[in-house]
Amino acid sequence: MNEDMLLEYEDIEKSFFGVRVLSKVSFTLREGHILGLVGENGAGKSTLVNILGGVISSDAGHIRFQGREYTAASPADAFRQGIGFIHQELNLFTNLDVAENIFIAGFPVRRIACIPWIDARTMRARAEELLGSVGLSIPCDTLVERLSQGERQLVEIAKALRLSARLIILDEPTTSLTARESERLFTLMKELQGRGISMIFISHNLGDVFRLCDDIVVLRDGLVVDAGPVERFSENRVISLMVGRSLDHYYPPRATVPDEEVLLEVSGLSHPGIVEDISLTLRRGEVLGVSGLMGAGRSELARILFGLDPYTRGEITVKGLRMPSGPPRAAIRSGMAFLTENRREEGLLMEASVADNIALVCLPSFTRTPSGLVDSASLKREVSGAASKLRIRSSSLDRQKVRTLSGGNQQKVVLAKWLLSGPSVFILDEPTRGIDVGAKHEIYKIINDLAGRGAGVLLISSEIEELMGMCDRILVMSAGEITACVERPEYDRERILRFALGRKPV
Amino acid sequence: MDPQVQMNRWKRLMVSDYWVLYLSIACFLALFPFTPRLASIENIRNIFSNMLPLLVVAIGETIVLITGGIDLSVTSVIGLSSVIGASIMSSDQGLLAGNPAAAAAGVAGMILAGVFVGWLNGIAVTRLRMPPFIATLTSMMFFGGLAVWLTQSRPIYDLPARFIELGQGAWLWLPNSLAVAGVTAVFAHVLLSRSLLGRWIYAVGTNPRTSLISGVPVNRVVMFAYAASGGCAAVASVLYTARLETGSPVLGQRILLDVIGATVIGGTSLFGGKGNALWTVFGVSFICLIDNSLNMLGLSYFVVTMVKGGIILFAALVDAARSRILAG
Repeated sequence: MNEDMLLEYEDIEKSFFGVRVLSKVSFTLREGHILGLVGENGAGKSTLVNILGGVISSDAGHIRFQGREYTAASPADAFRQGIGFIHQELNLFTNLDVAENIFIAGFPVRRIACIPWIDARTMRARAEELLGSVGLSIPCDTLVERLSQGERQLVEIAKALRLSARLIILDEPTTSLTARESERLFTLMKELQGRGISMIFISHNLGDVFRLCDDIVVLRDGLVVDAGPVERFSENRVISLMVGRSLDHYYPPRATVPDEEVLLEVSGLSHPGIVEDISLTLRRGEVLGVSGLMGAGRSELARILFGLDPYTRGEITVKGLRMPSGPPRAAIRSGMAFLTENRREEGLLMEASVADNIALVCLPSFTRTPSGLVDSASLKREVSGAASKLRIRSSSLDRQKVRTLSGGNQQKVVLAKWLLSGPSVFILDEPTRGIDVGAKHEIYKIINDLAGRGAGVLLISSEIEELMGMCDRILVMSAGEITACVERPEYDRERILRFALGRKPV
Repeated sequence: MDPQVQMNRWKRLMVSDYWVLYLSIACFLALFPFTPRLASIENIRNIFSNMLPLLVVAIGETIVLITGGIDLSVTSVIGLSSVIGASIMSSDQGLLAGNPAAAAAGVAGMILAGVFVGWLNGIAVTRLRMPPFIATLTSMMFFGGLAVWLTQSRPIYDLPARFIELGQGAWLWLPNSLAVAGVTAVFAHVLLSRSLLGRWIYAVGTNPRTSLISGVPVNRVVMFAYAASGGCAAVASVLYTARLETGSPVLGQRILLDVIGATVIGGTSLFGGKGNALWTVFGVSFICLIDNSLNMLGLSYFVVTMVKGGIILFAALVDAARSRILAG
């Protein structure tokens, strides 16, 4: 037995309702190492770490942790044994303050007259100390609801450190963080590593995985397809391991070129404190990228264009007609479609069926006048046509709730919904966020297809590679302004990033 | 029989659209031996006359609940409408006393008053962004008080015969009140299940933000729901007022919990996005049947209320179980 092995998985198996999700999973994690766990959605990553975190139990196999046989009956049990779990959806009580959240699982107690009282002084002192160790300088009586997503993440880590965790699991920790907050998190992770704490890092962003991790475990369909030190892998190799085939063109090439005809023209669009003097043109068949750091005003621009937020100056013209500022209905009627960055809360009716979601936008055009009744037969035909065209995998369009679909399929439902209204201008805000590599590839093909059939696509993304792979031109935004328009021959990651940071290129 | 199969039958029964109807029939059959009078023509007519106005109110409430709101003002609308209608029609000091068009004008005034209160609720919820509970609680108190104040809490008598016909008469063999309630229910059912507006109502109740971005005129849909609920309450007020031949500000004061209880027992969710008119029909029949049969058994009002509370609890438990079964 190797001395510095912190964690060993040996032939772990797990099935749900007779479906095997993990089969004979074995890997090891050394003391003080960061392990990157990668795989498509549904590959079994979450199940794997949920067993470790005491959320579920395994059917067979052994886990050794700190040299001893390990089982956890509950998350609290796992925590006591030295395993901290930072979930993708943060588990903080927003109505309590930071110190209370850190100690929620076990307040320090002092007994006065046999009645246990919370020892507030000890709690605050310890909380300050823990906040210091994660580099968060806020008073520990701040209410969590007033913290940003990034700060909340750090509070979660402070919470995990309370019982001197030896191993911290981070499940997609960066999905809701800004670029700067992510950087801060990564620095902290390196620091914790220096203190001998091991981590399991789950992320769809392979760039981050390669930067941070010492070892990589690739899961596919519940099997470990490869594992080893990071040096043995390249990004392309990891992708083909994950999807089980090699994607020769990760960004599929587009056969068509943009037309001269302008579909969307924006001039001098301003709203104080949000966007400043935005001008752009989007042509037929063009994919126009919008890059920038979080908070640069990209999503805000999209919301203004679609009529969700007001603007004070400027003009928006769609296909030669001036767009009134008003509800999204007007934008939809003039031929616009908007895929928001928040799929769960703004893109979909999670509790409704796949068919109802796809039908939502185009309903008025399937309504007979003057009765106001929906022509459900032809609507149904169109909906299932769109679903099969986008290859939405659903057991029953009418009965399956969208909530139960995978992220990639959900995003395709949002796209299908817009396709049915036959728009000519698509605004896509982070269309590939939080979805796996295979589904990303399909979304890229759909985008190319849209452009090929004469639509204009405004593609907003935080991933510069994605923009460089997909777009004809890239606009870069910084602090609410467009700081550059980069043409395809000049594509260069560094250059775009520099514009995004608001600096002049050297 | 194989217990597994039996279990599945139970489950299928529970998730069926007609579950509450089956439950009503089961109740009827179970209680019938104890009070055979339950099945007498006279009693069934009695059940119906209690049920129909309640059904009309509950249909309006269903529409509001599906949008994710709640309307507590329905009982005050019933009282206010009744008073307004009566003070137009009454041959004793009514505005149009003795005029042949008095009955028609009275009914129009009643419906308008209901729709107007509903419209105000809608304004409060959409434009002022008030929580529906508070908005409609406020209007319940205000308009309930207004109705009493307008009449100095005196009932108004001497309503025209043509108006009273509406609640008590019949066209051929079909009682007018049944026709009114039936038309309301069928209309609401078609609206909710087949029309564009109906699909929008469900969408808004499921997620208003997604609906807005998908081009649904969310505010107009919500306004419609409250106006429809107010209108339905006013129609119920017509039935109640005509049945009692009296305009009274306290008409229907005790039915609020029956309205919401019946709707929820039917299966409509308090969280929005789920429900339909047919379920509400079943829910209302169920609660009226329970009410009536417990009365026939000679139980006091208080005991009846306690039993109804228990039944609403039971319905909530069943609803939770149904969601679990449907979730797999």
